Amino acid sequence: MQVFPFLVVAWIVVVGLYGMVTSRDLIHQIICLIVVQSSTYVLLLGVGYVTGGVAPYLFDISPHPKAVDPVVQALALTDVVVEAAVTALLLSFAVQAYKRFGTLDPHDLAEFKG
Amino acid sequence: MTSRQRLWLFALGAAGLVACYLWAFAGLPGFGHYPGPYGPEIMRHVLAQTNATGVVSAVNFEYRGFDTLGEEFILFTAAAGMSVVLRRLRGEREEDSSPAADAANRQIPATSAAVRVVTLLMVGPTAVIGWWLATHAQTNPSGGFQGGVILATAFFLVYLSGEFIVFRRLRPDTVLDASEAIGAGGFAAVGVTAVAMSLPYLYNYLPLGTIPGAISSGGTIALISFLVGIEVAAAFVLIIGELLDQTLLRREARSEGSS
Amino acid sequence: MNQFFALSVAVPLLTAAALLAFRPLLRDRRNARGLVAVAASASVAVMLGFLLARTGAGSVYWFAGFRPAHGVVIGIDFEGDQLSVGLACLGAVLMTAAIVFAWRYFEQVSSYFHVLMLTFLAGMTGFCLAGDVFDLFVWFELMGVSAYALTAYRPEERGPIQGALNFAITNSVGAYLSLTGIGLIYGRTGALNMAQIARYVASHSAVHHGPDGLVVIGFLLLITGLLVKGAIVPFHFWLADAHAVAPTPVCVLFSGVMVELGLYGIARVYWSVFGAALGHQSAVSHVFLALGVLTAITGALYCFRERHVKRLLAFSTISHAGMFLAGFALLTPLGLAGAAMAVAGHAFVKGALFIGAGIVLHRLRSVNETWLHGRGKRLRVTGIAFTLAALGLADLPPFGTFLGKGWLTDSASSVAGGPWLAAVFCACTVLTGAAVLRFAGGVFYGLGDPPGEDPRMAAEANEETGETESGRQRTPLTMLVPMCALVALGLAAGLAALTPRVAAAFESAATRFEDQSAYMSLVLNGAGTARPAALYPQAPPDVTAAAVITALCSVAGAVLLALVALYWRRLPVLRRGYEPGAGLTGAIRSFQSGVINDYITWLVAGVAALGGVLALIVR
Repeated sequence: MQVFPFLVVAWIVVVGLYGMVTSRDLIHQIICLIVVQSSTYVLLLGVGYVTGGVAPYLFDISPHPKAVDPVVQALALTDVVVEAAVTALLLSFAVQAYKRFGTLDPHDLAEFKG
Repeated sequence: MTSRQRLWLFALGAAGLVACYLWAFAGLPGFGHYPGPYGPEIMRHVLAQTNATGVVSAVNFEYRGFDTLGEEFILFTAAAGMSVVLRRLRGEREEDSSPAADAANRQIPATSAAVRVVTLLMVGPTAVIGWWLATHAQTNPSGGFQGGVILATAFFLVYLSGEFIVFRRLRPDTVLDASEAIGAGGFAAVGVTAVAMSLPYLYNYLPLGTIPGAISSGGTIALISFLVGIEVAAAFVLIIGELLDQTLLRREARSEGSS
Repeated sequence: MNQFFALSVAVPLLTAAALLAFRPLLRDRRNARGLVAVAASASVAVMLGFLLARTGAGSVYWFAGFRPAHGVVIGIDFEGDQLSVGLACLGAVLMTAAIVFAWRYFEQVSSYFHVLMLTFLAGMTGFCLAGDVFDLFVWFELMGVSAYALTAYRPEERGPIQGALNFAITNSVGAYLSLTGIGLIYGRTGALNMAQIARYVASHSAVHHGPDGLVVIGFLLLITGLLVKGAIVPFHFWLADAHAVAPTPVCVLFSGVMVELGLYGIARVYWSVFGAALGHQSAVSHVFLALGVLTAITGALYCFRERHVKRLLAFSTISHAGMFLAGFALLTPLGLAGAAMAVAGHAFVKGALFIGAGIVLHRLRSVNETWLHGRGKRLRVTGIAFTLAALGLADLPPFGTFLGKGWLTDSASSVAGGPWLAAVFCACTVLTGAAVLRFAGGVFYGLGDPPGEDPRMAAEANEETGETESGRQRTPLTMLVPMCALVALGLAAGLAALTPRVAAAFESAATRFEDQSAYMSLVLNGAGTARPAALYPQAPPDVTAAAVITALCSVAGAVLLALVALYWRRLPVLRRGYEPGAGLTGAIRSFQSGVINDYITWLVAGVAALGGVLALIVR
């Protein structure tokens, strides 16, 4: 159990990248990009966990408890929201691509070669 | 490259990447044994330095407030970028078209009565919850980001209920742009005010309050969290509203026979 | 005055927000929007210039007043030494030039353009000054997202979307791998501040007699995003696609600063965080030297074959990026100083070249070299400035590029046993310079014959015409002035660096940059070190005869090759219909397929290969 979350990280990265590499649809590719980013959340939250630690909120508990790391939680929190917006930007590119090329297949979008 | 070649090259690369990851993970302390010192150091000092009990929000808006400023502007930029791409597609006709005319053009089937009732009933509580979350960052697991996203959800419940005319009227682009700008610019301005007072940028210069965890504690944390909430809500309404509006264009494009 | 650190990021952000808030008011006031943007960008340049002049031993700025306590850092800092502030200042200057250039360039420029440019500027400045790895990542992301949006700025054409998508997806994967690296390092050290991480990993490696897997892979993953941004082979495929379709003012920034920022990030992460911990200096140096040389050669070969002028310039950027990386990889202060000088010189001339290409596009409505042949004769001032800049790119003394490459080759010959390295640099400079000179000679002076037409490339080059309003009779001053100013700045930078004081300043700045313990004491103890300790012998930054001869050979070779390329059909020797550069490059061209799936595959393969090589070194 000591290493399991980190194995999950490696698995998610490979799955996401595999999806991107074999994709024939832009929307699918962008969602696979989200999957790759999810692996970073699992890693961040995984390294910050403390066994037996409480959530880092001191509202109703005594001060100075043994708490889980708040820093990685803060990082992951902002990252999730921001990633949703950036993904929306990429999806708008995909909408645009469909309008102009009539297809969402990355292979057919390749206007510039060489 | 053909698909086969690509797949082989990827297989080799992925195997190497996984090997690298595993080699790196061997050096990590086991799961649950975070060694610190960043987390414990903050836990030790947070009450004395900020009087806030919501430590994650204190980290977000106080200790690492500058990072959060950058992240907020990434959100701002992404929304601006989407506006560039998708509004051009729509053309600048937004001022001319009436929401009623747009509503007539939609190709989504009418919503059932049950969905209408439930979603309309949920709009109010959702908005209140979002607002509450955005303003209570310093006390409990709340914060501007969470609150903002839930506030945006309140708007989409209107869309789900099928009240499309109301939905269009509720989100004029100028108000959304201005809210986003006030939220993001306000955060930067809170920092600049500190500079004007000869303090380091984003120094917590508001009174910290006496009772830890009360609504009045935390100083600038509450203010920044509120501004972030406004900005995130406006950005998400703008983003998803733009994408939803795309459902209009296909009906019009089909009828005009162009694309 | 220290507050300028914070203000140099806050001012563009606030201005961007203000421009968006007042969008309905400013909708028809194009000049007002432009003025506001130029003012913001110029003020950032001025502030950073002040900081550059006053930074001796480096300064640290702590945000929100959280200074380190008992050696543990809980806040975020900005660390300014001459190289980082100088690079940020360079970015601001180029941004000002780009915004002035864009004044009359677009048919209609909405507020969003200036908003995005200003957030891009804030991202660049924050990236240069960051002293915290996660902060570095955040500003890197801001720079990236602004860049994606700016690349897609004209979505009426088909081209921009492919370029923007390739750019966005490839750079995002790189950024997420960097974030993974940050997470790994945080998992062991519990720190996000660069100096604190450096102290921990250095002591850990000292105890365990060498870096372990986590340090090596953490370093590798962290720099993956930076390698992608810095367009190093095999992570470089996105650059040409993005450059070809981004609006020209934006290309000025991409080639002039953004790529170099990726390389600066690698140098910063290596020297200030991982250098001592990784050890095995000569092996690591060789790995990055190999990468740099490979990139330089690849870029140069692709460059020569291009007919689309913006893609041509993009490939020359890739080639020069490889040379800069090789300069960093030499690990000596002179090599680093040479790379820094070359970056500055290159930024000015490449910016001028892109503006020139933009003027050609504006007046003649095309970027296709074959079609444009001889049609640029009316553009006299542009032609002269463009040719000067092209000669500057080919290392004509006294441009900054000449001096930078001179120091680089000096350092190379004394350390890596590499007259061959100097020869490679010379060859790549000749190829890229020749390609640009071929364009200049053919388009502005009508020399020789139009280069051979590739039907595919003609189609994509002709797509470009919708970017700017219809050609006017005279090129507006707002376009000519930035171009000439950038060429003049390139000359001035070179001339200034010829003086011993400035040259010594460059070398001492580089030495300080490489001194990890000076960095740690500055950030953690607040005490700047007066004289940084040099890990490597400091070679005097003189202008050697060898450097001058090499530079003159580069220029002569470039001019000669350009003339050959223009006149080859008239030479009896080559009359068999063989076009210079056709055969060898044909096979290589197939790699640049334009399909994102391929780019991602190469990225993964590249990371895995680098990981394997580093593992072999460290064992």
